[in-house]
Amino acid sequence: MSFLTVTYALTFYFAAIVFVFGLAYRIRTYAKSPAPLKIPTTPAPTTRTGVVVRMLKELTVFESLFKSNKWIWLFGILFHAALLLAFIRHLRYILPDWSLLVFMQPFGKYASFAMVIGLGGLLVRRIVVDRVRYISAPSDYLMLVLIIAIAASGMLMTFVEHTDIVALKAFLLGLIFVDWNPLPTDLILLVHLALVALLMIIFPFSKLLHAPGVFFSPTRNQVDNPREHRHIAAWAAKLETSGK
Amino acid sequence: MADFEVPELREYPIIPKLKEGVMAHSSPYVAKPELQQQLGFPGEMVDDWKEKAIDTLGELTGKYRSLQVFLDSCVKCGACTDKCHYYLGTSDPKNMPVARQDLLRKVYRRYYTLPGKIFGKLGMPGFVGAAELTEEVMDDWYAYFHQCSQCRRCSVYCPYGIDTAEISMAAREIMDAVGKGQKYCNEIIGKAQIIGNNLGLPEPALKNTLEGLEEDIEDETGVKVRMPLDEKGADVLLITPSADFFAEPHIDGLIGYAKVFHAAGISWTMSSYASEAANFGMFIGSYENTRKLSLRIREAAIELGVKRIVFGECGHAWRVAYSFLNTLAGPFDFLDPNYPVPQHICEFTYELMQQGKLNLDPSANDDMVLTYHDSCNVARASRMGDKPGGQFEIPRAIIRATCNNFHDMPADTIKEGTFCCGGGGGLLTDDLMEIRVKGAMPRMQALNDVTKNHSVTHMAAICAICKSQFSKVLPYYGFEMDQIVSLHQLVSNAIILDGQVTEGQETEGEEITN
Ligand code: SF4
Ligand code: SF4
Repeated sequence: MSFLTVTYALTFYFAAIVFVFGLAYRIRTYAKSPAPLKIPTTPAPTTRTGVVVRMLKELTVFESLFKSNKWIWLFGILFHAALLLAFIRHLRYILPDWSLLVFMQPFGKYASFAMVIGLGGLLVRRIVVDRVRYISAPSDYLMLVLIIAIAASGMLMTFVEHTDIVALKAFLLGLIFVDWNPLPTDLILLVHLALVALLMIIFPFSKLLHAPGVFFSPTRNQVDNPREHRHIAAWAAKLETSGK
Repeated sequence: MADFEVPELREYPIIPKLKEGVMAHSSPYVAKPELQQQLGFPGEMVDDWKEKAIDTLGELTGKYRSLQVFLDSCVKCGACTDKCHYYLGTSDPKNMPVARQDLLRKVYRRYYTLPGKIFGKLGMPGFVGAAELTEEVMDDWYAYFHQCSQCRRCSVYCPYGIDTAEISMAAREIMDAVGKGQKYCNEIIGKAQIIGNNLGLPEPALKNTLEGLEEDIEDETGVKVRMPLDEKGADVLLITPSADFFAEPHIDGLIGYAKVFHAAGISWTMSSYASEAANFGMFIGSYENTRKLSLRIREAAIELGVKRIVFGECGHAWRVAYSFLNTLAGPFDFLDPNYPVPQHICEFTYELMQQGKLNLDPSANDDMVLTYHDSCNVARASRMGDKPGGQFEIPRAIIRATCNNFHDMPADTIKEGTFCCGGGGGLLTDDLMEIRVKGAMPRMQALNDVTKNHSVTHMAAICAICKSQFSKVLPYYGFEMDQIVSLHQLVSNAIILDGQVTEGQETEGEEITN
């Protein structure tokens, strides 16, 4: 096994562990921290089903963002939709060639353009709009640059300089089944994979936590029924038993 | 009139260019040691304030999921940057909601996240949006977390629902915990906890005022309308902001409630022990203090043996009442289960209107062309009636039933997008006059629009803070202070009581001032 393959294999194990455990730890923190008061942003649904619908609208069409700013919404939704398609496309590297997966391939392929346009738009806004520039730290720019670099290197392999995807699939499956296979040595692929590993590692410590965070946002996921149902957190209930 | 520049009103609203630091000087008076201690906070800045502040921040993220999730989730997309009335009115970038949050978030990132710790050790915390907690940061906190009215407008527009109000409350709680509290809020909480209302009006003063009002109503209408205080066995306990007892135009609203109760023939009472609807505990983010104040209402309800609780016109008060009262002081299983606890006076009046129990003559308000200001915390933090959005429809339905001339302000400035009056969230104090006036600009601009295009003469509101704030800031923008009216003032004008002397009706209307 080459040094390169070993390095990449170990890096990916490390990245996967950080990603999974880091994220699980954050999600656990969110799930465990109490929400002592009812604070949905109203008008809010009065039933659980209503909340599910509200959340679905936020997750699929970015409803609040649409109300807020059409440009950010456009770039944001282009990027996220493309990301989803690209993610589905990448599943073929670890799954069998199911027909649906094969059917989805071209969508994932061309989504990359939408992805870069979306990210580029967000980056340009961050630089050009004075209000957004003011709130941006270096890490905010770099995050966009990182994802653009991942997308661009992926596009290079798709459209310009093909890599040996059969060998790549063997490498990835080898990682999963701990039966390592050599990694193709194309430079672009190596860059692409290294950046993805980096992204996985910073995910649980960065603003990418908006992905799990959105599910836990009390202003969006609470049912508006405080008069009908008494809502009380454990620490608040203690105040009651400890006397007035 | 002012030692600062009053923003100009434009025909078409713009998003201002940033002017850094222009509001950095705006800080409210700090609370005196006795005041602080009374609420369970240190009297003055403790020596180890830095550690204490950081610890308290950690404690709060463990107690409030909102704070934890909001501090982590912001992607700095900028969607909220032009949504705050204080930014629109001042151009100070730290009044952009995300920038306001960042004042706290950067400290959270420095001490509670891995990248913040790593880059902090390397001496470059700013690289990942983190920062050390320094005196300057603390000064910024004190200035800018008292330039947020906790109106939640930003939370409507954020893709993750990040509510800067939650961040402001946490920041104020941290500042209280290290001994740097705000005089205005803490003084008021102290008064309400000892005397029962924010103005510190004792029972005899209340009784006197109410008797005076009873006489006034009788003089005007010829009908004996009662304003009961501490009457055991009444059906309804009315909890109303204490401003209703003396301030204009609040008091006309109180007269309106009394007439509605009278017309409906429902017995009611106010309580001198719980003579305050507006719970300032929420403004400083203190669960304990908010709860303490809420419990007075529970105790009064038990003591007086009432069946229902109704709240008078107030915005933040209605948030605490509607969203928190059941949590803080419930369960209210000793009250009549046929009615929600508590009810808003608008719900109460609306219900009677539906049942045809009120005799209303809208022409009594023909001397006015009305518009309606949705109070921020009624609009975005509570509800009326049983359907979402009832908080928009019910007050408008009451206005339509009591007035012939009504026009809404531009669509993006009302309902869930409503602009705060500029004085909410504990800012309604003279030492914050500049931010109050500037923050009122977007609302004034919208009012100006309907004044020009629909000849609107008056704006109705259902919040004590809004009413006080507007009567103060309207003149800065070339309006008259009495162009703000109470919603139940309109009801009071329009309602015809059994046996009412009709000539009396006419003298009661607002004077037309323009
Ligand atoms: S809209 Fe929300 S996510 Fe975007 S910058 Fe504002 S607070 Fe952050
Ligand atoms: S809650 Fe209101 S005042 Fe505070 S930042 Fe948001 S929009 Fe501004």
